[in-house]
Amino acid sequence: MKDKRGTSRKGGGNRNALSRRDFLRAGATVSGGLLAGESRAISAPAAPETQVLGPDEVPVTLRINGTENNVHMEPRVTLLDALRNHLDITGAKRVCDRGTCGACTVMIDGNPTYSCSVLAIEAQGHEITTIESLSDGTRFDPVIHAFVANDAQQCGFCTPGFVMACRAFLNKHPHPTLDQVKKGLSGNLCRCGTYHGVEHAVLEAAGMGHAGVMAPPGAPDRKS
Amino acid sequence: MITEPFGYHAPKSLSEAVRLVAQFGADGKVLAGGHSLIPLMKLRLASPKHLVDIGGISDLSYIREDGDEIQIGATTTHFRIESSDLLKTKCPLLPETAGEIGDAQVRNKGTMGGSLAHSDPAGDWPAAILALDAEIQAVSARGERWIPAREFFVDLLATALKGDEILTAIRLPALPSRAGDAYLKLHHPASGFAVVGAAARLVLGENGSIERAALGITGIGPKAYRAAAVESALAGKSPTTKRLEEASAHAADGVDANSDLYASAEYRSHLARVYTRRAIEKALERAQERTDGR
Repeated sequence: MKDKRGTSRKGGGNRNALSRRDFLRAGATVSGGLLAGESRAISAPAAPETQVLGPDEVPVTLRINGTENNVHMEPRVTLLDALRNHLDITGAKRVCDRGTCGACTVMIDGNPTYSCSVLAIEAQGHEITTIESLSDGTRFDPVIHAFVANDAQQCGFCTPGFVMACRAFLNKHPHPTLDQVKKGLSGNLCRCGTYHGVEHAVLEAAGMGHAGVMAPPGAPDRKS
Repeated sequence: MITEPFGYHAPKSLSEAVRLVAQFGADGKVLAGGHSLIPLMKLRLASPKHLVDIGGISDLSYIREDGDEIQIGATTTHFRIESSDLLKTKCPLLPETAGEIGDAQVRNKGTMGGSLAHSDPAGDWPAAILALDAEIQAVSARGERWIPAREFFVDLLATALKGDEILTAIRLPALPSRAGDAYLKLHHPASGFAVVGAAARLVLGENGSIERAALGITGIGPKAYRAAAVESALAGKSPTTKRLEEASAHAADGVDANSDLYASAEYRSHLARVYTRRAIEKALERAQERTDGR
Protein backbone atom coordinates (compact mmCIF):
# COMPACT_ATOMS: atom_id res chain seq x y z
CA MET A 1 0.00 0.00 0.00
CA LYS A 2 1.19 3.41 -0.76
CA ASP A 3 -0.25 6.43 0.72
CA LYS A 4 0.33 9.35 -1.57
CA ARG A 5 -2.33 8.34 -3.96
CA GLY A 6 -4.78 10.04 -1.64
CA THR A 7 -8.40 9.32 -2.40
CA SER A 8 -9.58 12.16 -0.23
CA ARG A 9 -11.15 15.12 -1.89
CA LYS A 10 -12.74 17.36 0.64
CA GLY A 11 -14.57 20.19 -0.96
CA GLY A 12 -14.33 18.51 -4.29
CA GLY A 13 -18.07 18.11 -4.53
CA ASN A 14 -17.69 14.61 -5.83
CA ARG A 15 -20.23 11.87 -5.87
CA ASN A 16 -18.05 9.35 -4.21
CA ALA A 17 -16.97 11.12 -1.04
CA LEU A 18 -14.63 8.49 0.30
CA SER A 19 -11.37 9.55 1.86
CA ARG A 20 -8.22 7.46 1.59
CA ARG A 21 -8.43 6.84 5.29
CA ASP A 22 -12.06 5.73 5.14
CA PHE A 23 -11.14 3.66 2.20
CA LEU A 24 -8.39 1.87 4.06
CA ARG A 25 -10.51 1.50 7.15
CA ALA A 26 -13.23 -0.12 5.11
CA GLY A 27 -10.66 -2.31 3.50
CA ALA A 28 -9.14 -3.34 6.77
CA THR A 29 -12.55 -4.28 8.06
CA VAL A 30 -13.23 -6.24 4.95
CA SER A 31 -9.89 -7.96 4.89
CA GLY A 32 -10.21 -8.66 8.57
CA GLY A 33 -13.48 -10.30 7.71
CA LEU A 34 -11.74 -12.36 5.10
CA LEU A 35 -9.95 -14.19 7.80
CA ALA A 36 -13.03 -14.52 9.95
CA GLY A 37 -13.95 -17.80 8.38
CA GLU A 38 -16.35 -20.10 10.08
CA SER A 39 -14.44 -23.19 9.24
CA ARG A 40 -12.77 -24.87 12.14
CA ALA A 41 -12.25 -28.01 10.17
CA ILE A 42 -8.87 -28.55 11.74
CA SER A 43 -9.80 -29.39 15.28
CA ALA A 44 -6.88 -31.59 16.16
CA PRO A 45 -4.51 -29.48 18.26
CA ALA A 46 -1.58 -30.92 16.37
CA ALA A 47 1.77 -30.41 17.99
CA PRO A 48 2.79 -26.96 16.85
CA GLU A 49 5.54 -27.34 14.27
CA THR A 50 5.90 -23.60 14.02
CA GLN A 51 7.17 -21.79 17.06
CA VAL A 52 5.33 -18.57 17.76
CA LEU A 53 7.71 -15.63 18.08
CA GLY A 54 6.59 -12.69 20.16
CA PRO A 55 4.74 -10.53 20.73
CA ASP A 56 7.42 -9.92 23.37
CA GLU A 57 11.08 -9.50 22.52
CA VAL A 58 12.76 -12.38 20.77
CA PRO A 59 16.36 -12.94 19.71
CA VAL A 60 16.97 -11.82 16.14
CA THR A 61 20.15 -12.30 14.13
CA LEU A 62 20.78 -9.88 11.29
CA ARG A 63 23.69 -10.11 8.89
CA ILE A 64 24.54 -6.51 8.02
CA ASN A 65 27.45 -5.46 5.80
CA GLY A 66 29.02 -8.85 6.34
CA THR A 67 28.73 -8.86 10.14
CA GLU A 68 26.33 -10.89 12.26
CA ASN A 69 24.40 -8.85 14.82
CA ASN A 70 22.46 -10.48 17.64
CA VAL A 71 19.75 -8.33 19.17
CA HIS A 72 16.48 -8.73 21.03
CA MET A 73 13.39 -7.07 19.64
CA GLU A 74 9.67 -7.48 19.21
CA PRO A 75 8.54 -9.07 15.94
CA ARG A 76 6.81 -5.83 15.01
CA VAL A 77 10.11 -3.96 14.67
CA THR A 78 10.86 -3.15 11.05
CA LEU A 79 14.29 -3.63 9.55
CA LEU A 80 14.65 0.17 9.39
CA ASP A 81 13.91 0.60 13.08
CA ALA A 82 16.16 -2.33 13.94
CA LEU A 83 19.04 -0.65 12.09
CA ARG A 84 18.45 2.81 13.49
CA ASN A 85 17.15 2.20 17.00
CA HIS A 86 18.66 -1.14 17.98
CA LEU A 87 21.96 -1.21 16.09
CA ASP A 88 22.80 2.49 15.71
CA ILE A 89 23.28 2.07 11.96
CA THR A 90 21.60 5.32 11.02
CA GLY A 91 22.42 5.82 7.34
CA ALA A 92 19.02 4.61 6.16
CA LYS A 93 16.50 7.35 6.90
CA ARG A 94 12.93 7.19 8.11
CA VAL A 95 10.75 9.58 6.12
CA CYS A 96 7.38 8.35 4.84
CA ASP A 97 7.65 5.04 6.74
CA ARG A 98 5.19 3.38 4.38
CA GLY A 99 7.11 2.24 1.34
CA THR A 100 6.85 5.23 -0.93
CA CYS A 101 9.76 7.67 -0.61
CA GLY A 102 12.82 5.43 -0.75
CA ALA A 103 14.85 7.18 1.98
CA CYS A 104 15.07 3.87 3.87
CA THR A 105 16.44 1.92 0.90
CA VAL A 106 18.91 -0.85 1.75
CA MET A 107 19.90 -3.90 -0.26
CA ILE A 108 18.63 -7.31 0.73
CA ASP A 109 20.58 -10.00 -1.10
CA GLY A 110 21.71 -7.28 -3.48
CA ASN A 111 18.21 -6.04 -4.30
CA PRO A 112 17.12 -2.52 -3.30
CA THR A 113 14.33 -2.80 -0.75
CA TYR A 114 12.26 -0.49 1.46
CA SER A 115 13.56 -1.38 4.93
CA CYS A 116 10.56 0.40 6.51
CA SER A 117 8.19 -2.21 5.09
CA VAL A 118 10.15 -5.34 5.95
CA LEU A 119 10.08 -6.85 9.41
CA ALA A 120 13.53 -7.32 10.89
CA ILE A 121 12.58 -10.83 11.93
CA GLU A 122 11.75 -11.56 8.29
CA ALA A 123 15.14 -10.30 7.11
CA GLN A 124 17.04 -12.94 9.09
CA GLY A 125 19.13 -15.24 6.94
CA HIS A 126 19.52 -12.62 4.25
CA GLU A 127 22.47 -10.40 3.40
CA ILE A 128 21.65 -6.82 4.32
CA THR A 129 23.77 -4.03 2.83
CA THR A 130 23.50 -0.43 4.01
CA ILE A 131 25.02 2.88 2.92
CA GLU A 132 27.68 2.43 5.62
CA SER A 133 29.29 -0.26 3.45
CA LEU A 134 30.05 2.22 0.67
CA SER A 135 32.80 4.01 2.54
CA ASP A 136 35.57 3.15 4.97
CA GLY A 137 35.98 6.77 6.02
CA THR A 138 38.70 7.63 3.52
CA ARG A 139 37.59 5.88 0.35
CA PHE A 140 34.14 6.13 -1.19
CA ASP A 141 32.04 4.29 -3.72
CA PRO A 142 32.04 5.92 -7.19
CA VAL A 143 28.35 6.73 -6.78
CA ILE A 144 29.20 8.95 -3.81
CA HIS A 145 31.93 10.73 -5.76
CA ALA A 146 29.52 11.23 -8.63
CA PHE A 147 26.82 12.63 -6.31
CA VAL A 148 29.27 15.24 -5.05
CA ALA A 149 30.54 16.10 -8.50
CA ASN A 150 27.04 16.49 -9.94
CA ASP A 151 25.42 18.42 -7.11
CA ALA A 152 23.03 15.53 -6.63
CA GLN A 153 21.93 16.51 -3.14
CA GLN A 154 20.58 19.61 -1.49
CA CYS A 155 19.31 19.02 2.05
CA GLY A 156 20.74 15.52 1.81
CA PHE A 157 18.11 13.63 3.75
CA CYS A 158 17.00 11.44 0.85
CA THR A 159 20.60 10.97 -0.31
CA PRO A 160 21.57 7.72 1.47
CA GLY A 161 18.50 5.99 0.05
CA PHE A 162 19.20 7.40 -3.39
CA VAL A 163 22.83 6.32 -3.28
CA MET A 164 21.84 2.77 -2.32
CA ALA A 165 19.20 2.63 -5.04
CA CYS A 166 21.77 3.94 -7.54
CA ARG A 167 24.43 1.45 -6.47
CA ALA A 168 21.97 -1.47 -6.70
CA PHE A 169 20.75 -0.21 -10.06
CA LEU A 170 24.28 0.10 -11.47
CA ASN A 171 25.16 -3.38 -10.24
CA LYS A 172 22.37 -4.70 -12.47
CA HIS A 173 22.71 -2.16 -15.30
CA PRO A 174 26.37 -1.16 -15.61
CA HIS A 175 25.79 0.88 -18.79
CA PRO A 176 22.32 2.40 -18.50
CA THR A 177 20.52 4.88 -20.71
CA LEU A 178 18.96 7.99 -19.19
CA ASP A 179 15.49 6.45 -19.56
CA GLN A 180 16.61 3.32 -17.73
CA VAL A 181 18.04 5.49 -14.95
CA LYS A 182 14.76 7.38 -14.56
CA LYS A 183 12.72 4.19 -14.42
CA GLY A 184 15.25 2.40 -12.22
CA LEU A 185 15.24 5.16 -9.61
CA SER A 186 11.51 5.89 -9.61
CA GLY A 187 11.24 4.44 -6.10
CA ASN A 188 13.10 7.37 -4.54
CA LEU A 189 11.68 10.83 -4.00
CA CYS A 190 13.57 14.10 -3.37
CA ARG A 191 11.63 17.11 -2.16
CA CYS A 192 14.50 19.44 -3.05
CA GLY A 193 14.13 18.29 -6.64
CA THR A 194 17.67 17.11 -7.28
CA TYR A 195 16.62 14.49 -9.81
CA HIS A 196 18.57 16.09 -12.63
CA GLY A 197 21.79 15.93 -10.64
CA VAL A 198 21.07 12.38 -9.50
CA GLU A 199 20.47 11.18 -13.04
CA HIS A 200 23.74 12.69 -14.22
CA ALA A 201 25.55 11.27 -11.19
CA VAL A 202 24.37 7.77 -12.08
CA LEU A 203 25.46 8.13 -15.69
CA GLU A 204 28.82 9.46 -14.59
CA ALA A 205 29.30 6.75 -11.97
CA ALA A 206 28.52 4.17 -14.66
CA GLY A 207 31.56 5.38 -16.59
CA MET A 208 33.87 5.71 -13.59
CA GLY A 209 34.57 2.08 -12.95
CA HIS A 210 36.05 1.25 -9.60
CA ALA A 211 39.71 2.15 -10.03
CA GLY A 212 41.22 3.94 -7.10
CA VAL A 213 38.03 4.01 -5.13
CA MET A 214 36.29 1.65 -2.83
CA ALA A 215 34.97 -1.47 -4.48
CA PRO A 216 31.21 -1.61 -4.29
CA PRO A 217 29.60 -4.63 -2.70
CA GLY A 218 29.13 -7.46 -5.14
CA ALA A 219 25.76 -8.00 -6.70
CA PRO A 220 24.65 -11.52 -5.92
CA ASP A 221 22.99 -13.28 -8.82
CA ARG A 222 19.27 -12.78 -8.77
CA LYS A 223 17.26 -15.91 -8.93
CA SER A 224 14.93 -15.42 -11.80
CA MET B 1 4.52 4.51 13.01
CA ILE B 2 4.56 1.21 14.83
CA THR B 3 2.13 -1.65 14.43
CA GLU B 4 0.20 -3.22 17.28
CA PRO B 5 2.09 -6.13 18.84
CA PHE B 6 1.62 -9.50 17.20
CA GLY B 7 2.93 -13.03 17.30
CA TYR B 8 5.00 -14.01 14.28
CA HIS B 9 4.80 -17.45 12.72
CA ALA B 10 6.98 -18.63 9.86
CA PRO B 11 5.68 -22.07 8.84
CA LYS B 12 7.87 -24.10 6.51
CA SER B 13 5.02 -26.01 4.88
CA LEU B 14 1.70 -25.05 3.35
CA SER B 15 -0.19 -27.56 5.48
CA GLU B 16 1.19 -25.94 8.61
CA ALA B 17 0.31 -22.47 7.29
CA VAL B 18 -3.24 -23.62 6.53
CA ARG B 19 -3.54 -25.02 10.03
CA LEU B 20 -2.37 -21.75 11.59
CA VAL B 21 -4.68 -19.59 9.48
CA ALA B 22 -7.66 -21.75 10.42
CA GLN B 23 -6.64 -21.69 14.07
CA PHE B 24 -6.29 -17.89 14.28
CA GLY B 25 -9.40 -17.03 12.28
CA ALA B 26 -10.11 -13.29 12.40
CA ASP B 27 -7.08 -12.72 14.66
CA GLY B 28 -4.64 -13.75 11.94
CA LYS B 29 -3.34 -12.37 8.66
CA VAL B 30 -1.13 -13.91 6.01
CA LEU B 31 2.13 -12.08 5.28
CA ALA B 32 3.27 -12.54 1.65
CA GLY B 33 5.76 -9.76 0.95
CA GLY B 34 4.07 -7.24 3.21
CA HIS B 35 4.25 -4.12 1.07
CA SER B 36 0.52 -3.62 1.45
CA LEU B 37 -0.04 -5.23 4.83
CA ILE B 38 2.82 -3.75 6.90
CA PRO B 39 1.94 -0.10 6.07
CA LEU B 40 -1.73 -0.91 6.73
CA MET B 41 -0.77 -2.30 10.15
CA LYS B 42 1.37 0.75 10.91
CA LEU B 43 -1.64 2.95 10.26
CA ARG B 44 -3.49 0.67 12.70
CA LEU B 45 -6.06 0.00 10.00
CA ALA B 46 -5.30 -3.68 10.41
CA SER B 47 -4.21 -5.08 13.76
CA PRO B 48 -3.90 -8.85 13.52
CA LYS B 49 -2.75 -10.62 16.67
CA HIS B 50 -0.92 -13.20 14.59
CA LEU B 51 1.03 -12.92 11.35
CA VAL B 52 1.54 -16.08 9.35
CA ASP B 53 4.53 -15.42 7.09
CA ILE B 54 4.31 -17.71 4.06
CA GLY B 55 7.47 -16.21 2.53
CA GLY B 56 9.55 -19.09 3.86
CA ILE B 57 7.51 -21.81 2.15
CA SER B 58 9.83 -22.52 -0.74
CA ASP B 59 7.35 -24.37 -2.95
CA LEU B 60 5.03 -21.35 -3.16
CA SER B 61 7.50 -19.35 -5.26
CA TYR B 62 7.71 -20.62 -8.85
CA ILE B 63 6.81 -20.00 -12.47
CA ARG B 64 6.05 -23.16 -14.40
CA GLU B 65 4.66 -24.25 -17.71
CA ASP B 66 2.23 -27.14 -17.83
CA GLY B 67 1.07 -27.90 -21.36
CA ASP B 68 -0.80 -24.85 -22.61
CA GLU B 69 -1.03 -23.40 -19.12
CA ILE B 70 1.20 -21.24 -17.00
CA GLN B 71 1.13 -21.51 -13.23
CA ILE B 72 2.67 -19.02 -10.84
CA GLY B 73 3.17 -19.52 -7.12
CA ALA B 74 1.63 -16.97 -4.77
CA THR B 75 4.88 -15.69 -3.26
CA THR B 76 6.61 -15.14 -6.60
CA THR B 77 7.87 -11.55 -6.58
CA HIS B 78 6.84 -9.01 -9.18
CA PHE B 79 10.50 -8.73 -10.20
CA ARG B 80 10.80 -12.44 -10.88
CA ILE B 81 7.75 -12.28 -13.13
CA GLU B 82 9.04 -9.14 -14.83
CA SER B 83 12.33 -10.84 -15.68
CA SER B 84 11.05 -14.34 -16.55
CA ASP B 85 12.14 -15.43 -20.03
CA LEU B 86 9.50 -18.16 -20.02
CA LEU B 87 6.74 -15.62 -19.44
CA LYS B 88 8.13 -13.17 -21.99
CA THR B 89 7.55 -15.89 -24.58
CA LYS B 90 4.48 -17.66 -23.27
CA CYS B 91 2.50 -14.91 -21.61
CA PRO B 92 4.12 -11.51 -22.24
CA LEU B 93 1.28 -9.57 -20.62
CA LEU B 94 2.49 -10.73 -17.19
CA PRO B 95 6.07 -9.41 -17.38
CA GLU B 96 4.76 -6.25 -19.02
CA THR B 97 2.33 -5.70 -16.15
CA ALA B 98 4.89 -6.62 -13.48
CA GLY B 99 7.34 -4.05 -14.87
CA GLU B 100 4.74 -1.32 -14.37
CA ILE B 101 4.14 -2.07 -10.68
CA GLY B 102 5.33 0.57 -8.21
CA ASP B 103 9.10 0.79 -8.40
CA ALA B 104 12.18 -1.42 -8.12
CA GLN B 105 11.95 -1.60 -4.32
CA VAL B 106 8.31 -2.71 -4.41
CA ARG B 107 8.90 -5.24 -7.18
CA ASN B 108 11.77 -6.84 -5.30
CA LYS B 109 9.68 -7.66 -2.24
CA GLY B 110 6.01 -7.52 -3.23
CA THR B 111 4.42 -10.74 -4.48
CA MET B 112 1.73 -11.52 -7.02
CA GLY B 113 -0.35 -13.53 -4.55
CA GLY B 114 -0.05 -10.93 -1.82
CA SER B 115 -1.11 -8.19 -4.20
CA LEU B 116 -4.13 -10.15 -5.44
CA ALA B 117 -5.26 -11.11 -1.95
CA HIS B 118 -5.03 -7.45 -0.92
CA SER B 119 -6.94 -6.45 -4.06
CA ASP B 120 -6.14 -2.75 -4.09
CA PRO B 121 -8.51 -0.94 -6.47
CA ALA B 122 -5.48 0.75 -8.06
CA GLY B 123 -3.31 -2.38 -8.15
CA ASP B 124 -2.01 -3.57 -11.51
CA TRP B 125 -2.44 -7.34 -11.35
CA PRO B 126 -6.26 -7.39 -11.28
CA ALA B 127 -6.47 -5.84 -14.77
CA ALA B 128 -4.13 -8.43 -16.29
CA ILE B 129 -5.65 -11.34 -14.40
CA LEU B 130 -9.12 -10.39 -15.60
CA ALA B 131 -8.07 -9.91 -19.22
CA LEU B 132 -6.36 -13.30 -19.24
CA ASP B 133 -9.26 -15.18 -17.61
CA ALA B 134 -6.88 -16.50 -14.99
CA GLU B 135 -7.89 -18.72 -12.10
CA ILE B 136 -6.76 -18.29 -8.55
CA GLN B 137 -6.06 -21.23 -6.28
CA ALA B 138 -7.32 -21.12 -2.70
CA VAL B 139 -6.26 -23.80 -0.24
CA SER B 140 -7.73 -24.58 3.15
CA ALA B 141 -8.02 -27.60 5.39
CA ARG B 142 -11.19 -28.38 3.45
CA GLY B 143 -9.21 -28.81 0.25
CA GLU B 144 -8.34 -26.63 -2.72
CA ARG B 145 -10.46 -24.78 -5.26
CA TRP B 146 -9.84 -22.60 -8.29
CA ILE B 147 -11.64 -19.25 -8.39
CA PRO B 148 -12.16 -17.61 -11.81
CA ALA B 149 -10.71 -14.08 -11.88
CA ARG B 150 -14.12 -12.66 -12.73
CA GLU B 151 -15.49 -13.97 -9.44
CA PHE B 152 -12.43 -13.17 -7.37
CA PHE B 153 -12.69 -9.39 -6.98
CA VAL B 154 -15.77 -8.74 -4.88
CA ASP B 155 -15.53 -5.14 -3.75
CA LEU B 156 -13.16 -2.53 -2.38
CA LEU B 157 -10.21 -4.59 -0.99
CA ALA B 158 -12.51 -7.60 -0.78
CA THR B 159 -11.99 -10.90 -2.56
CA ALA B 160 -13.76 -14.24 -2.83
CA LEU B 161 -11.21 -15.84 -0.50
CA LYS B 162 -12.81 -17.44 2.55
CA GLY B 163 -11.49 -16.79 6.04
CA ASP B 164 -9.59 -20.06 6.30
CA GLU B 165 -8.17 -20.01 2.78
CA ILE B 166 -4.69 -19.09 1.59
CA LEU B 167 -4.13 -17.89 -1.96
CA THR B 168 -1.49 -20.29 -3.25
CA ALA B 169 -1.24 -19.99 -7.04
CA ILE B 170 -2.47 -18.33 -10.22
CA ARG B 171 -2.93 -20.28 -13.45
CA LEU B 172 -3.72 -18.98 -16.89
CA PRO B 173 -3.62 -20.04 -20.52
CA ALA B 174 -0.48 -19.33 -22.55
CA LEU B 175 -0.78 -16.79 -25.35
CA PRO B 176 -2.69 -18.49 -28.19
CA SER B 177 -1.70 -18.09 -31.83
CA ARG B 178 -3.01 -15.00 -33.67
CA ALA B 179 -3.27 -13.19 -30.36
CA GLY B 180 -1.64 -10.14 -28.83
CA ASP B 181 -1.98 -8.29 -25.56
CA ALA B 182 -0.87 -5.10 -23.86
CA TYR B 183 -0.98 -3.34 -20.50
CA LEU B 184 -0.92 0.44 -20.52
CA LYS B 185 -1.04 2.52 -17.41
CA LEU B 186 -0.98 6.07 -16.16
CA HIS B 187 1.23 6.05 -13.06
CA HIS B 188 0.43 8.22 -10.13
CA PRO B 189 3.63 10.26 -10.11
CA ALA B 190 4.44 9.74 -6.43
CA SER B 191 2.98 6.41 -5.42
CA GLY B 192 3.35 4.57 -8.71
CA PHE B 193 -0.15 3.14 -8.37
CA ALA B 194 -2.41 3.05 -11.43
CA VAL B 195 -4.56 6.13 -11.88
CA VAL B 196 -5.85 3.93 -14.66
CA GLY B 197 -4.51 0.68 -16.07
CA ALA B 198 -5.93 -1.13 -19.09
CA ALA B 199 -5.00 -4.71 -19.99
CA ALA B 200 -6.14 -5.91 -23.38
CA ARG B 201 -6.02 -9.26 -25.12
CA LEU B 202 -7.13 -9.60 -28.74
CA VAL B 203 -7.46 -12.87 -30.65
CA LEU B 204 -7.72 -12.47 -34.40
CA GLY B 205 -9.68 -14.68 -36.81
CA GLU B 206 -8.28 -16.22 -40.01
CA ASN B 207 -9.43 -13.18 -41.98
CA GLY B 208 -7.83 -10.67 -39.62
CA SER B 209 -11.04 -9.68 -37.89
CA ILE B 210 -11.26 -9.60 -34.11
CA GLU B 211 -12.42 -13.02 -32.98
CA ARG B 212 -12.37 -12.18 -29.30
CA ALA B 213 -11.42 -9.19 -27.17
CA ALA B 214 -10.87 -9.12 -23.41
CA LEU B 215 -10.36 -5.91 -21.45
CA GLY B 216 -9.44 -5.65 -17.77
CA ILE B 217 -9.45 -2.17 -16.26
CA THR B 218 -8.07 -1.07 -12.90
CA GLY B 219 -7.81 2.22 -10.99
CA ILE B 220 -11.21 3.59 -11.94
CA GLY B 221 -13.75 2.15 -9.52
CA PRO B 222 -13.75 0.30 -6.21
CA LYS B 223 -12.52 -2.87 -7.93
CA ALA B 224 -11.04 -3.86 -11.25
CA TYR B 225 -13.54 -4.96 -13.89
CA ARG B 226 -13.99 -6.44 -17.34
CA ALA B 227 -15.22 -3.87 -19.86
CA ALA B 228 -17.92 -6.07 -21.36
CA ALA B 229 -19.41 -3.33 -23.56
CA VAL B 230 -16.03 -2.72 -25.19
CA GLU B 231 -15.53 -6.44 -25.76
CA SER B 232 -18.91 -7.00 -27.39
CA ALA B 233 -18.44 -3.94 -29.60
CA LEU B 234 -15.25 -5.51 -30.97
CA ALA B 235 -16.12 -9.22 -31.20
CA GLY B 236 -16.43 -10.43 -34.77
CA LYS B 237 -15.64 -7.00 -36.22
CA SER B 238 -12.81 -5.88 -38.42
CA PRO B 239 -10.36 -3.71 -36.46
CA THR B 240 -10.74 -0.32 -38.12
CA THR B 241 -9.54 2.79 -36.32
CA LYS B 242 -13.10 4.06 -36.11
CA ARG B 243 -14.31 0.77 -34.62
CA LEU B 244 -11.63 0.79 -31.93
CA GLU B 245 -12.45 4.38 -31.08
CA GLU B 246 -16.18 3.66 -30.82
CA ALA B 247 -15.68 0.53 -28.76
CA SER B 248 -13.29 2.25 -26.35
CA ALA B 249 -15.89 4.91 -25.64
CA HIS B 250 -17.69 2.28 -23.52
CA ALA B 251 -14.69 1.61 -21.24
CA ALA B 252 -16.21 3.23 -18.15
CA ASP B 253 -19.88 2.43 -18.81
CA GLY B 254 -21.76 1.74 -15.61
CA VAL B 255 -18.72 2.22 -13.37
CA ASP B 256 -18.86 4.44 -10.30
CA ALA B 257 -15.51 6.15 -10.78
CA ASN B 258 -13.37 7.29 -7.84
CA SER B 259 -12.35 10.90 -7.36
CA ASP B 260 -9.32 12.20 -5.53
CA LEU B 261 -6.98 15.18 -5.46
CA TYR B 262 -5.16 13.89 -8.48
CA ALA B 263 -8.01 12.83 -10.75
CA SER B 264 -11.74 13.57 -10.73
CA ALA B 265 -14.26 10.87 -11.57
CA GLU B 266 -14.86 12.53 -14.92
CA TYR B 267 -11.14 12.63 -15.73
CA ARG B 268 -10.70 9.02 -14.60
CA SER B 269 -13.51 7.88 -16.87
CA HIS B 270 -11.92 9.78 -19.72
CA LEU B 271 -8.58 8.15 -18.97
CA ALA B 272 -10.26 4.74 -19.00
CA ARG B 273 -11.48 5.36 -22.53
CA VAL B 274 -8.13 6.72 -23.75
CA TYR B 275 -6.01 3.98 -22.20
CA THR B 276 -8.43 1.30 -23.36
CA ARG B 277 -8.10 2.50 -26.94
CA ARG B 278 -4.31 2.61 -26.69
CA ALA B 279 -4.15 -0.85 -25.11
CA ILE B 280 -6.38 -2.31 -27.82
CA GLU B 281 -4.31 -0.67 -30.55
CA LYS B 282 -1.10 -2.03 -29.05
CA ALA B 283 -2.56 -5.52 -28.59
CA LEU B 284 -3.84 -5.46 -32.17
CA GLU B 285 -0.45 -4.43 -33.50
CA ARG B 286 1.22 -7.25 -31.59
CA ALA B 287 -1.39 -9.80 -32.69
CA GLN B 288 -0.91 -8.78 -36.31
CA GLU B 289 2.88 -8.99 -35.97
CA ARG B 290 2.66 -12.48 -34.53
CA THR B 291 0.16 -13.58 -37.18
CA ASP B 292 2.29 -12.21 -40.01
CA GLY B 293 5.44 -13.60 -38.54
CA ARG B 294 4.20 -17.18 -38.45
